[in-house]
Amino acid sequence: MDAIIQSIIQGLLLGGLYAGVGIGMSMIFGIVQITNLAHGDFLVLASFVSLFVMGALGLNPFLSLIIVIPVMFFIGYAVQTTMLNKVLTRGAEPPLLITFGFSIIIQNLLLYYFTANAQKLSTPLLLKSIAVTDNIRIPIMYLISCLAGVVIILLLSVYMRVTYQGKAIRATSDDNDAAQLMGVNIKRTYGIAMGISMMTAGVTGVMIGTLFNFYPSSGSTYLIIAFAVVVIGGIGSINGTLVAGFIFGLAQVVGGQILGATYQQLIGYIVLLIMLIFRPQGLFSK
Amino acid sequence: MSALLKVENIDAFYGDFQAVQQASFEVDEKKIVSVIGTNGAGKTTLMKVIGGTLAARGGKVWFADRDITGWPTYKIVELGLSQVPEGGKVFARMSVMENLIMGSYTPRARSGAKASLERVYELFPMLKEKAGQAAGSLSGGQRQMVAIGRALMSNPRLICFDEISLGLAPTVIKDIYARIRQLNAEGITIVLVEQDVKRSLKTCETAYIMLKGKVVLSGKSKDLTEDTVSKAYFGM
Ligand SMILES: Nc1ncnc2c1ncn2[C@@H]1O[C@H](COP(=O)(O)OP(=O)(O)O)[C@@H](O)[C@H]1O
Ligand SMILES: [Mg+2]
Repeated sequence: MDAIIQSIIQGLLLGGLYAGVGIGMSMIFGIVQITNLAHGDFLVLASFVSLFVMGALGLNPFLSLIIVIPVMFFIGYAVQTTMLNKVLTRGAEPPLLITFGFSIIIQNLLLYYFTANAQKLSTPLLLKSIAVTDNIRIPIMYLISCLAGVVIILLLSVYMRVTYQGKAIRATSDDNDAAQLMGVNIKRTYGIAMGISMMTAGVTGVMIGTLFNFYPSSGSTYLIIAFAVVVIGGIGSINGTLVAGFIFGLAQVVGGQILGATYQQLIGYIVLLIMLIFRPQGLFSK
Repeated sequence: MSALLKVENIDAFYGDFQAVQQASFEVDEKKIVSVIGTNGAGKTTLMKVIGGTLAARGGKVWFADRDITGWPTYKIVELGLSQVPEGGKVFARMSVMENLIMGSYTPRARSGAKASLERVYELFPMLKEKAGQAAGSLSGGQRQMVAIGRALMSNPRLICFDEISLGLAPTVIKDIYARIRQLNAEGITIVLVEQDVKRSLKTCETAYIMLKGKVVLSGKSKDLTEDTVSKAYFGM
């Protein structure tokens, strides 16, 4: 029984982080109408940037965010404005191919500079936990990662409602012709949206790097998590993304606990498949 | 003193199809000008060219003594040329108030946004009542009011209204036209795009009649009889 409760706690905490992994992809789906196939690779890129910054400046993973977040914003803004914006009017395939290209480029650059070895962003917090009862513990890093996921989603949702730029992003996704008529520079807005999406990849990438080993090829694992969260939650729904993250995290960890850890990934995909069959529009879309 | 808006020999295409051919017209400051024509005459296409959402293949657009041909839309709006596009195009998933706030997005408008909002609420008290409601849930007439309010929020010198009366009840149309005249009296220059010959002639000082992409007749509305306009309108 305790083991089940323990895995529920862990699943929920991981789910909060997964929601954060999905939110950036969901945003770009909803606003720029691009499926960013490199989302997972950008996330892993952020883990490596953090690794590099930690080594170069002697920072811990959390302080490395001070550099990782702006770097990721800049990368997102640059990729969007110099490349993706140029092909938006040519249908869905060209942007898809560009993001696919980035996926390959990032993986190979990382392989070249960091080799294929397993990496980890080390922090003593990984081994710490809060004891709830004798057998049930809340691992601190899971808790921090969950909070990070939930906080970026809340911040994003406030940003989208309160600021002019956030409203402009929503207006653009509602009707981009009309948004232009309000004086919104659509291409710049797409750049900012992608920059923000990459900031979320930056935060979650660093969290994941502290929790799990990562390799230059780890991106696809996180792409699928992001994709699952988007599909379960419904495209563009912030609340949906949050709930979907929790569902997916729970399914993986609790399912893994019951059936064995080797099934953890598989169970996630089965949940995704069931969703695609029975409610392809997501839980929270109309 | 030159015209506030001057459109010269515009050619506009969708692929190989020419929707506007050598169209010219001009609007003096503080006046109301109508562009009248049947469905498919090229009116909306011309408005898109003026607003910068469609690039013309030939011709020039001047606004406030500047050549704005080929400018991006956001720069044109910043100069004070605003549009109420065909169908209103409100942001359906945003609230009425957020729609209005979006109208004040340009640096030119942002500082005066509060005062503009009060002014819009005064003009359309209904919008204040529905401020928190999603714009997509409103009736057609109410949505047009949101679109007009949104255009006003940009603190414009000129507003183009594209078929504002399309699909609305006569009483609603009358009300909206009264508001447009009021805005003009307050100093805003107006371009009225319409299919309804009678109503537009009654409201404007100068009218341009379009047919199959061309401006086929123009003149002071007091000099144009409904009969000559109708003939040009249908190409007889
Ligand atoms: N997006 C488009 N693609 C192709 N043809 C178009 C498009 N929009 C309008 N047209 C065509 O251009 C012509 C002029 O259309 P439009 O400017 O909308 O006329 P109006 O506003 O006067 O009704 C019409 O023949 C119409 O079918
Ligand atoms: Mg039209």
